[in-house]
Amino acid sequence: MLRYIIKRLLMLIPVLLGVSIIVFLIMRVFSPDPAPIVLGQHATQQAADAWRQVNGLNDPIYLQYYHYLKGALTGDLGTSYYTKLPVVKEIMSRFPATIELAFVAIILASFFGIVIGVISAVKKNSIFDNAGMFIALIGVSMPIFWLGILLIILFSGALHWLPSNGRINPLLAPAHITGFFLIDSLIAGNMDSFFDALKHIILPASALAMYSMAIITRMTRSSMLDTLQQDFIRTARAKGVPEGKVIRKHALRNGLIPIVTVIGLQLGSLLGGAVLTETVFSWPGIGAYTVECILKSDFPVVQGVVLLVATIYVLMNLIVDVIYAFLDPRIKYSKKEV
Amino acid sequence: MEPTYSSNPDENLQAAEYVEKPESQLKVMWETLRLNKAAVAGLFIIGILALIALTVWLSELMGKQILPYDPNYADMTKSFIKPNAQHWFGTDQLGRDMFSRILDGTKISLFVGVTAVAISLTIGVIFGAIAAYRGGKTDTVIMRLMDMMLAIPSILLAIAFMAALGKGLDKAIIAIGLVSIPEYARIVRGSILSVKENDYVHAAKIMGNKTRRIIYKHILPNVISVIVVRATLGISSAVLDTAALGFLGLGVQPPFAEWGDMLGRARGFIFSAPYTLIFPGIAITITVLAFNLLGDGLRDALDPKSRIK
Repeated sequence: MLRYIIKRLLMLIPVLLGVSIIVFLIMRVFSPDPAPIVLGQHATQQAADAWRQVNGLNDPIYLQYYHYLKGALTGDLGTSYYTKLPVVKEIMSRFPATIELAFVAIILASFFGIVIGVISAVKKNSIFDNAGMFIALIGVSMPIFWLGILLIILFSGALHWLPSNGRINPLLAPAHITGFFLIDSLIAGNMDSFFDALKHIILPASALAMYSMAIITRMTRSSMLDTLQQDFIRTARAKGVPEGKVIRKHALRNGLIPIVTVIGLQLGSLLGGAVLTETVFSWPGIGAYTVECILKSDFPVVQGVVLLVATIYVLMNLIVDVIYAFLDPRIKYSKKEV
Repeated sequence: MEPTYSSNPDENLQAAEYVEKPESQLKVMWETLRLNKAAVAGLFIIGILALIALTVWLSELMGKQILPYDPNYADMTKSFIKPNAQHWFGTDQLGRDMFSRILDGTKISLFVGVTAVAISLTIGVIFGAIAAYRGGKTDTVIMRLMDMMLAIPSILLAIAFMAALGKGLDKAIIAIGLVSIPEYARIVRGSILSVKENDYVHAAKIMGNKTRRIIYKHILPNVISVIVVRATLGISSAVLDTAALGFLGLGVQPPFAEWGDMLGRARGFIFSAPYTLIFPGIAITITVLAFNLLGDGLRDALDPKSRIK
């Protein structure tokens, strides 16, 4: 198992190199010159030249990439063209907000997805099943940002129950420990800020969760339908095991593998969805910021974010594969251990 | 009926003529699809949307006004009229009729959806086919490239392409088309690998057919149904991506009516005029839903387990 994990971690290197090359090509070779965008249209030719010189953009492209790579290997991803702050710092100040949002979303999506999926499978073709499948269908068909807008119209505009933007009331912001407001406020024992952070996160997390929930619901249903037809379920029932236990202990346990895969893969795609959700809810995370940076041609930041997201995505895939082995002892990744 | 064989080769040849020609995959798919109510509903909605798009487009070409109002005509004196008998969906911030704009937008969404999928399908099929058929290093290089593209969230990749290419409808189509190439390449490669070792492919090879002919005549027809399913679902995600780019202000540029762009521009009026944000979203959802229904139906029709005898 360890050998397998190490092998997969080594494979991360070429993928990340490739990703960095792709982004480098798109942003530096095919994109228009950033100088007039960063300095403004009225900047003189000399100013633009000087700026390019300072930022190494006059070097041949392969040299630019070499410098970038050399920096990246030592943890230096460059500095933002605008704020002049190190990219790592820029990213780290916004990343916890996105991770917190994605985590709450995946918890919501997994919980409701599995519950609705199991009910749909157990009560196949009933009104519950039809309703569950209808929700799942709507979930995959609705644009995330529109769902966000609808939630704001209903819960902020009409009912005034929940705030429509931001992460927390600035006056209640907890001291920075982990960067996750929900956790930091609990550590500080400040329940007011915990509930305020919770109120702020409900709407964006729900909007972000909907698509993943729909996918998890569908997967759970089909996986449970398969498992419920197996012989060991019939045996369990014949032995007189109560139906609730048959479903929880026998069927769900065995049907969980494909569900875990989907949940893991969704966590990767949630980071993409966060781009839109954060824009709608003015959530101060990495998603909305990246869009802003792409549009402002802030190359170093964009490159840093994409590398980070790609690393997370590839690591998630690895974690999913490792969890497989724990859920199903029949799966072995290395021949030696068989 | 089981064919019986005789020691006389001529008789066997005659008997072979009675052997039924296998039904084409697409025909079998269609037969099963017809029994799936949800898929038929999806097809029906797509038909209506296509009809709207075509009518709007043709009337525009002939210079006739078929929509209740000119979708791009701004009249500030009429801005933010709530939905009523004259303006079914109300008017937007510039006083343009929302109903006309939404009907007009059908044209753009369907066009982008279909052309973007055509781009990714064509390139994806070529990459996937080459990777599967050549194998070895070519396969590794192509598929690793696809893996790298898949490791970047598609919306970020599309936005980066838009930043490089510039704003506009044509660029949005290219960006959306490019980002979904890996999905098609993977599916095509997988399906080809599964049929590549069949006897009829070997037979074709022995008969001296060229590789390209084998791929197009013998392999692709046998994996076409998988591609059709993926492409149908692909249109729905292309429509969603178009809306997302439009919402971020990167897609179709004003004054043209595009649903995502309409939502993005009306965002500032979310509390004062919420209806301007309701109808474009419904239009996107219905379109995506229709392609999803059809795609799911096609997938079921393809699955031998769920095929109704």
